[in-house]
Amino acid sequence: MAKLLKNREILLVIAIIALVFVIALRFPGFVAPANLARVYNDTSILIILALGQMAVILTRCIDLSMAANLALSGMVAAMINAAFPGIPIPLLILTVVALGAALGSINGLLVWKLDIPPIVVTLGTLTIFRGSIFLLSKGAWINAHQMSDAFKALPRAPLIGFPVLSWLSVLAIAAVYILMTRTPIGRAFFAVGGNPHAAVYTGIDVGRTRFFAYCLSGGLAGLSGYLWVSRYAVAYVDIAAGFELDIIAACVIGGISIAGGIGSVGGAVLGSLFLGVIKNALPVINISPFAQLAISGAVIIIAVAVNARTEKRKGRVILKKAEAV
Amino acid sequence: MKILKALMVTTAVSLALMANAAHAENKKIALVVKALGIGFFEAANKGAQEAAKELGDVEVIYTGPTTTTAEGQIEVINSLIAQKVDAIAVSANDTDALVPALKKAMERGIKVISWDSGVAKDGRSMHLNPSSSPLIGNMIIKLAADQLPDGGDVAVLSATATSTNQNVWIEEMKKVQGNYKGINVVATVYGDDLADKSYRETQGLIQSYPNLKAIIAPTSVGIVAAAQAVEDAGKVGQINVTGLGLPSEMAGHVKAGSSKSFAIWNPIDLGYSATMIAYDLIGGAEAKPGAELKMGRMGTVKLDDNNEGAMADPFVYDAKNVEEFAKIF
Repeated sequence: MAKLLKNREILLVIAIIALVFVIALRFPGFVAPANLARVYNDTSILIILALGQMAVILTRCIDLSMAANLALSGMVAAMINAAFPGIPIPLLILTVVALGAALGSINGLLVWKLDIPPIVVTLGTLTIFRGSIFLLSKGAWINAHQMSDAFKALPRAPLIGFPVLSWLSVLAIAAVYILMTRTPIGRAFFAVGGNPHAAVYTGIDVGRTRFFAYCLSGGLAGLSGYLWVSRYAVAYVDIAAGFELDIIAACVIGGISIAGGIGSVGGAVLGSLFLGVIKNALPVINISPFAQLAISGAVIIIAVAVNARTEKRKGRVILKKAEAV
Repeated sequence: MKILKALMVTTAVSLALMANAAHAENKKIALVVKALGIGFFEAANKGAQEAAKELGDVEVIYTGPTTTTAEGQIEVINSLIAQKVDAIAVSANDTDALVPALKKAMERGIKVISWDSGVAKDGRSMHLNPSSSPLIGNMIIKLAADQLPDGGDVAVLSATATSTNQNVWIEEMKKVQGNYKGINVVATVYGDDLADKSYRETQGLIQSYPNLKAIIAPTSVGIVAAAQAVEDAGKVGQINVTGLGLPSEMAGHVKAGSSKSFAIWNPIDLGYSATMIAYDLIGGAEAKPGAELKMGRMGTVKLDDNNEGAMADPFVYDAKNVEEFAKIF
């Protein structure tokens, strides 16, 4: 099992390297170290979000409201900053992370206490969050000149050669990795998704575990909300519209099983990077915008198809053993 | 709520009436907007008042519902009919819903025109568009060319590949490209009106075309994202971002230097022209295809087969005036 996962990650690394190589044939500048660092930086937000989505998917749930949560948290961050430019940015970030986690906990509570299917819950909160942004902002934009310089500067500030945005994603990866591999709740995510009934017998509260997964994804979406708004220096109702699909695609490409229980931090990161490389390469390899959409879609389907195949094979092996007995 | 709204409208209208009583001979032109309290329309009112002052014998009644609903506008129009105004110039919340009320107004001899956001043909004698596709197409390339006396490479960052407005404008732009010597349009890319994709497409343009001198973005999401990407890439002064955007959204980027100038309609001119046209119609001018109506300092507007006309080139905003207009819209 562990070997299979490892294999899949190595496969993905090979795929990414091959992809970069193919792109470089058409656009040599793409492999320049500075450009690769830029691509990583551009993918940072997707990575942070994919880590949260991974935790949720591992518990056999899904969070469709992440992008809307991001947009709402981002709008709140921008509005607070526009109204009170004096508030220190770290405090502002803590506020939006807490806000994001609180929004995520709404999903978690509905899934936990009312037992509503996660896809329905998060589809509902998706529209509620988007609607709330409109109510809050009355449809108006918060623009670059309304944000303080410090607010906009943080993600792009260089720190040991890389922008803070990149470092924040590295930090998030490290933190989630430790959470997943070294803490009881991290292991519980796997247990709940792998076999909920067995998890109950080992004393894990399935609903509570899912609740925490949603809080984690919400908190990370809140963080991303600030990062997104300050990176693009604009906040409005529709920011990151449709991005939830990119996040889920990154997880699926990274080998995180939609059926729950299978996945890893490395997979989520590599899946995001794979998507990030494609997103950044498409503008420079000079192909029609319609073909671009088709390519993005095809890649995701291929990734899902490969995953489905691996999972089926696993099933067969078990059945054969059962038959033999 | 409804009663409150009706009360507010009546109060506003009767106040306007009382103000008018002193100059009974004045022509009353009602400027009906989508909703009160929106900067864009307050600015249009400013223009209408300017026109009234210039004309002398005109009283402008600036009114509208408190929220952007067609029902609210119908109430307003009905009370204007009761007051026997001479003309109604409306920016409609709904193309069709206002038609019956406006028809009633026209039957009573009130001149009705729509501006900014139009009413169906039956409900008005003419519609004033802020600009036209050929004028916009010409303006966006002119904005780029004005900053490039020696010519150079420019690229277009559009919305989606299927958005009608942008495609028409870009097509019109390409038609007049020959008038701007040395300007090469090297690429058209699509940011899908998403901030992140537009940003990435801009980065792609910067990489693919090292000699790029200007990016034309005829979309408000695109122009802001492109300006930010140019700033982040340290290309301010080298690449000029221009196109169509709102002053409030672009003020920061004009200040940062990534955008030297951009364009969009000027609401003051729009309110001014609508008032002037209404006055011309009260004076006996007829709104029919091919007719030319007077707009004071804005010249004349020629009507097409649908009795629609285009006011002028989009208005150019730059470091000199963007701060002032950023407060308006």
